Amino acid sequence: MSAIRRWAIALGVLLLGRKQRQPRFADRARIVPPGDPDPRAEWLVLLLLLAAAGAAVGFIVFYSFNHLAHQTQYLGLALGLAFGFVAAALVVVGKRLVVTEELEEDYPLPGHPTSQEELEQLVEESGDRFTRKRLLLAGAGAAGTAIGAALVVPALSLGPLLDTGAFYETPWRRGVRLVDGHGKPLLLDEIERETFYTAYAQGADKELLGSPIVVVRFEPSQLDLPAQRRDWAPGGVVAYSKICTHAGCAIALFRKPTFPVVEPGPALICPCHYSTFDPTRAAKVIFGPAGRPLPQLPLAVDSSGVLRAAGNFSGPVGPSWSGVRSKRPRNPS
Amino acid sequence: MRRALAAGAVALALPTAAGAQPGVGVNAKTGEGLYAAYCLSCHGVDGSGVTSTSHPRGVLDLEGLGPPLEGVGARAADFYLTTGYMPLANPHDQPRRKKSPFDDHEIAALVAYVASLGKGPGVPHPQPQRGDVSSGLSLFTEHCAGCHQVDAEGGYLTNAVAPPLLQATPVQIAEAVRIGPYLMPKFPANQISDAQLNSIIAYVQWAKHPDDPGGWSIGRIGPVPEGLVTWLIAAVALLGCCLVIGRRFQR
Repeated sequence: MSAIRRWAIALGVLLLGRKQRQPRFADRARIVPPGDPDPRAEWLVLLLLLAAAGAAVGFIVFYSFNHLAHQTQYLGLALGLAFGFVAAALVVVGKRLVVTEELEEDYPLPGHPTSQEELEQLVEESGDRFTRKRLLLAGAGAAGTAIGAALVVPALSLGPLLDTGAFYETPWRRGVRLVDGHGKPLLLDEIERETFYTAYAQGADKELLGSPIVVVRFEPSQLDLPAQRRDWAPGGVVAYSKICTHAGCAIALFRKPTFPVVEPGPALICPCHYSTFDPTRAAKVIFGPAGRPLPQLPLAVDSSGVLRAAGNFSGPVGPSWSGVRSKRPRNPS
Repeated sequence: MRRALAAGAVALALPTAAGAQPGVGVNAKTGEGLYAAYCLSCHGVDGSGVTSTSHPRGVLDLEGLGPPLEGVGARAADFYLTTGYMPLANPHDQPRRKKSPFDDHEIAALVAYVASLGKGPGVPHPQPQRGDVSSGLSLFTEHCAGCHQVDAEGGYLTNAVAPPLLQATPVQIAEAVRIGPYLMPKFPANQISDAQLNSIIAYVQWAKHPDDPGGWSIGRIGPVPEGLVTWLIAAVALLGCCLVIGRRFQR
């Protein structure tokens, strides 16, 4: 209780207390002409600084909502207002509170003791119209802290710092059927060459990072898979995670040569930064910033001709991070 | 043995071909004559294709390389000829849209000749007026916009250019979706039905003349040029602000 009282008193003193401080260079002839204090301008500056702090807090509030309509616009408005208020506060300080005068002479050279003192005197005297420096400094500190927090808060979206286990979970396990966007199972016989299909794990949320795959068919003789993946491609059908291993965009582009003799070979390409993967060679990176191949999903065909997963992915799905290669994908428990 | 025969046939065809200057010559107006003059060196005798670089040099001493045309049908021939993709000067180049050296009759004759080389699909008859622009937009976004951009202005992928579609006719779009020219994938009917194709074409037709709500199209290629323009305007405005703020008090 007494702590709150002390805080209230301190705040009151800060708000109401004024002190005409004894100038350090009172014994000297003034360089900067004297100016009158301008309490109303000081209040205005303080108000603008607090408004800036409020707008920056507003940015954090808008940011913390997950599904807010026009969120981007609100964020832009809040941040823009925050900076605008700071700019306005500085303009008022410059125009109304700092003593301004045009000096014909050059600034005294820094370094020499007497000219150093003259410089200090200049700075000191330019500021002697302020009557509540500490309050204004506190206001500036509030605005700076709030804006700084607003700029740092989005970094939280980079991901959970400690619990990364969910990143390795995928809905694929032995026997899960491949379905198209409408939930219809994919039949091996319906998969044509020279085109690509997007498929999902049956029964799983399509938005899940580990669910979408891209399915492509080749002549089995065209495929050059590692020895242990020989039986992962029934009928020449291969499936890879649709999420780029660079920054996590969807692999939306498929390139297939019409006349392979003179044209570039088949490739899965990410439209964000053009990471290019060779689907005939286990999605090896052949161009672009991606650092590891797309995880491959082993496939099998059941007795009714439906494509099913024969296990989980060959590696972790999604964008790469430190140590990702040492991890294995798993199913949620 | 077959290759040797084909080589012999090329040699036999040479005199006709060499004599056939573009648009001139007795046989030039027939599909077969045009084929001999413009296509044979790469696509081979009777559309058998030239698929090996070690193949003897073709007509007019050009090194020919081209896929076989047996069974591609009128659909592919019509697409490649009306877009000007073929004839292609250098078989290693990506075919680009250009004005065809042939007139409509010559194209019809060539298409008929290529169609006669093997049983293949005919020229499609899309009906974009029966399509729906709105569902066309979502289908286009799903299947086409990755490469061609949602405004159909075209785009890039590694080693190739996805052409703009602003000059593509409905028939050409219907053909390209099924054929998959150059590096574009094919979209068979179980991926994009004919009804969906009509909607996609309706959307592309609309996208040729979209509304520009802001007044300026700025290339319609997205936020980067729009941001640049905005910053140019904002920079001038900021400069004006600086001048106002920095003005000295008049004494």
